[in-house]
Amino acid sequence: MASTRTVDSGAGGHLRLAGVTKRFGEFVAVDTLDLTVPQGSFFALLGPSGCGKTTTLRMVAGLERPSSGSIHLGEDDITLRRPHQRPVNTVFQSYALFPHLDIGENIAFGLRRRGVARQEVKAKVADMLRLVQLEGMERRRPGQLSGGQQQRVALARAIVNRPQVLLLDEPLGALDLKLRRQMQLELKRIQTEVGLTFVHVTHDQEEAMTMADTIAVMNDGRIEQVGTPGELYDSPATTFVANFLGQSNLIRGTVTRADGDQVLLDVYGVAVAMPAARSRASAADAYVGVRPEKIRLVRAEGAVAADGENELTGVVTDVSFVGVSTQYLVRTPWGQELTVFAQNIGVDDRVRTGDDVRLRWVAAHTFALDATVPIDAGADVDDEAEAPVDARS
Amino acid sequence: MLGRAVRWAREHVVVFAAAAAVAYMFLPIVVVAVLSFNQPSSRFNYTWSEFTWDNWANPCAVPAVCESVFTSIQIAALATIVSTVLGTLIALALVRYRFRGRSSTNVLIFMPMATPEVVMGASLLALFVNMSLPLGFTTILVAHIMFCISFVVVTVKARIATLDPAIEQAAMDLYATPAQTFARVTLPLIMPGIVAAAMLAFALSFDDFIITNFAAGTGQTVTFPMYVWGAAQRGLPPQVNVIGTLMFLVALVVVLAPRFLRRRGSLVGAVPVAR
Amino acid sequence: MSVLAVAGTAAPKAAPPVEDERRRSRVPYLLLLPGIAWLAVFFVVPMIALGSQSLQEGSIEDGYTLTWNWQTYTEALSQYWTQFLRAFWYAALATLFALLISYPLAYTIAFKAGRWRNVWLVLVIAPFFTSFLIRTIAWKTILADNGVVAEVMRGLGLLNWTDDRLLSTGPAVVAGLTYNFLPFMTLPIYAALERMDRRVVEAAHDLYASPFTAFRKVTVPLSMPGVVAGTLLTFIPAAGDYINQRLLGSSQNNVIGSVIDTQFIRVGDYPTAAALSFVLMISIVALVVVYVRRAGTEELV
Repeated sequence: MASTRTVDSGAGGHLRLAGVTKRFGEFVAVDTLDLTVPQGSFFALLGPSGCGKTTTLRMVAGLERPSSGSIHLGEDDITLRRPHQRPVNTVFQSYALFPHLDIGENIAFGLRRRGVARQEVKAKVADMLRLVQLEGMERRRPGQLSGGQQQRVALARAIVNRPQVLLLDEPLGALDLKLRRQMQLELKRIQTEVGLTFVHVTHDQEEAMTMADTIAVMNDGRIEQVGTPGELYDSPATTFVANFLGQSNLIRGTVTRADGDQVLLDVYGVAVAMPAARSRASAADAYVGVRPEKIRLVRAEGAVAADGENELTGVVTDVSFVGVSTQYLVRTPWGQELTVFAQNIGVDDRVRTGDDVRLRWVAAHTFALDATVPIDAGADVDDEAEAPVDARS
Repeated sequence: MLGRAVRWAREHVVVFAAAAAVAYMFLPIVVVAVLSFNQPSSRFNYTWSEFTWDNWANPCAVPAVCESVFTSIQIAALATIVSTVLGTLIALALVRYRFRGRSSTNVLIFMPMATPEVVMGASLLALFVNMSLPLGFTTILVAHIMFCISFVVVTVKARIATLDPAIEQAAMDLYATPAQTFARVTLPLIMPGIVAAAMLAFALSFDDFIITNFAAGTGQTVTFPMYVWGAAQRGLPPQVNVIGTLMFLVALVVVLAPRFLRRRGSLVGAVPVAR
Repeated sequence: MSVLAVAGTAAPKAAPPVEDERRRSRVPYLLLLPGIAWLAVFFVVPMIALGSQSLQEGSIEDGYTLTWNWQTYTEALSQYWTQFLRAFWYAALATLFALLISYPLAYTIAFKAGRWRNVWLVLVIAPFFTSFLIRTIAWKTILADNGVVAEVMRGLGLLNWTDDRLLSTGPAVVAGLTYNFLPFMTLPIYAALERMDRRVVEAAHDLYASPFTAFRKVTVPLSMPGVVAGTLLTFIPAAGDYINQRLLGSSQNNVIGSVIDTQFIRVGDYPTAAALSFVLMISIVALVVVYVRRAGTEELV
């Protein structure tokens, strides 16, 4: 077994979870999770509260024991190791700074436990304070700092130990919006600078997409999809991902032809085409999906749809000017309301409520999903910031 | 003008009631202090006759008084140490761990606080007699430890409960073994609760009469409350008042000292919060 | 930065389920052992012994045997039921008066004290640093027949029904009891009031409640847990207390605690004393349970 007393994470390796399950009595918090976090990447675990992401994080930290499964760091099996024996450090949601120690001692805590020489400790602490821009604050107490400053101390306290994996448990949750945006960029900068593997747990999809190289979307103890922010956004694999990340229009359809490069679907009598590679429908029943900002709103009497574009018709039921864009709600002939975001680039279109319109989008922007899952999965999950309470949920 | 005065009085009537209550609380203390300077005309120091410094000059003029105080201090110190340790261990177990028998343990801790002292004292006396134990210092000590444990548990438990469990987890996450976590993080943070519990235990032990009376039986050991009780029948020397006043002053100093020390310390180390 | 697929990654076989949980769960028992053992030996065992004693017959000289003699209970109760009632009556009065005196005090400290809060708290606790016997004896001086208080009350005609005496009467005992338990009543009420969210009272005012109505309908109910705790901390010890009665009362106001003490120490009638002790304990527990359930607070410890 490799020594856990190494000061730098030289050798390392990917963090691998295999078949990890955590049960609390009857309740299954994490269900047979398989996950690989590449070394040196900024990895996000994204999902609504209760989806098991924090539990997963705690199992990697050693604060919870998996009911079954294994966790490996490179070649090391760390599944059963106590937290103080793992080369893994955590930034806690409540920061958990030691109130009876000053900032310098807080940061030095891990180094001292590992027996690092005094001079070295002093130097490293000074380095850290510079990194998080808190120079000169060694003698202050946590109680004397603002929330943002405490958060940076918590970060410094973890990073100074150069762990093989740094775990962050929704560390930006308690900060106000402006500070949160600032810290998101800060964290990204620091991660790039020190080159450690960061695993960031959050329920905020914008935060995940801003900061992470790779995102794993979790729901109900399982992983829905893993990929880069772009991949997850443009090619969601499940309705949950499609609804949780940004917004999607999902329409029931039936696959009519699935040979060759293209897949043809019938959507309430309208033919819709899409590249075969983007379809994840496994049966005839499918959901056809397209993001609201990909749709162009055109007056009913406008020009004919170009080749390679799909088109639906509808009646505008709501127009909301939001500054950057205008959001339209369009009711289709079969009674579904679709959302369209049109960027306000100054084209005076004057589409009003009640107008007949055509919805056009490039076929390549379509995606198709399995229809076995409820169409609104992930739609109104607790995004504390905006989501209105849905009458159905 | 009168209306304003009336309104002011009505708004502050609660404060007046409170001040009156505090005055009421201090009344006996004042009486005790005043009578400590008394030269009693009879065996009993109940009414004022003439002023004297003698009592304060010779607080141990009646040897039994100081002996009993010393005995009480010894018992209180030992009882405090043992009950604080035992009680703190129990409190840690109750707050930090989940185990079977948790609610029964809570009930067992609560019961001594809810049982009349007469009953506890009597039952202990019966036990000691049955075991043919010599009644005296040891039996008193044993009894004191018994009833102090519950109060220590409640006090320390309250303090531990305010501790964010994430802090101890953070310590372990930062390579501290469970022993190091306890010594360097948990213990310093719950120390104020432990100190408060120890002070409470000391006070309870020093001042206890009923259980002590039973546990002492017909032995030779006399604690200060026991002496006072006997003296109340036989003849109360003014030295008792001196001791009483001294107790009050010492305790006052002990309670106020940390506040003054902290204020001075914070002046030295104060740094303005950056913003 | 390539994305590694979710399922199907070559994974090592799953580790066996965790064994460590069981080993870790022994720690609490070790922590509990010394303290609980002490309580078991020096509280539980004596209680059981006392119970057994109450059902025994015999004498100190001849020894005692367990005969399940329930008669002792009925005899003791029929002989001493007045002392029981008197003890509970005094305790109830003392609790009531303590509540009336303490509530404004607690209210002031919680809401009107501001920066002086700690000073007030020290003032509340400080008098009780002196030995409680000495304090109670001081009341003998204060309430003495030729003292100021007694003179004034005699002049007001308040002492007509106690033979013109203040000391050695029931009221004196109640006064002593009330005094001794004031901090036990004040501090829990203060703690409950201090924890209260002031904005709730502001909301009441916003909804057309006068200050007194807001107090009655919002503050008082929210302070109930403190009131319940305070009344329990006062009533329970007061019911068994006999120091106040012996020092400030007379043999006319005997309370049950005094009887038990006499029976044990002077008379030596252990079964009777034990029976009385148990009845006292059980009646207190019963009253507490009924009271707590009606007051609706769950946690006492």
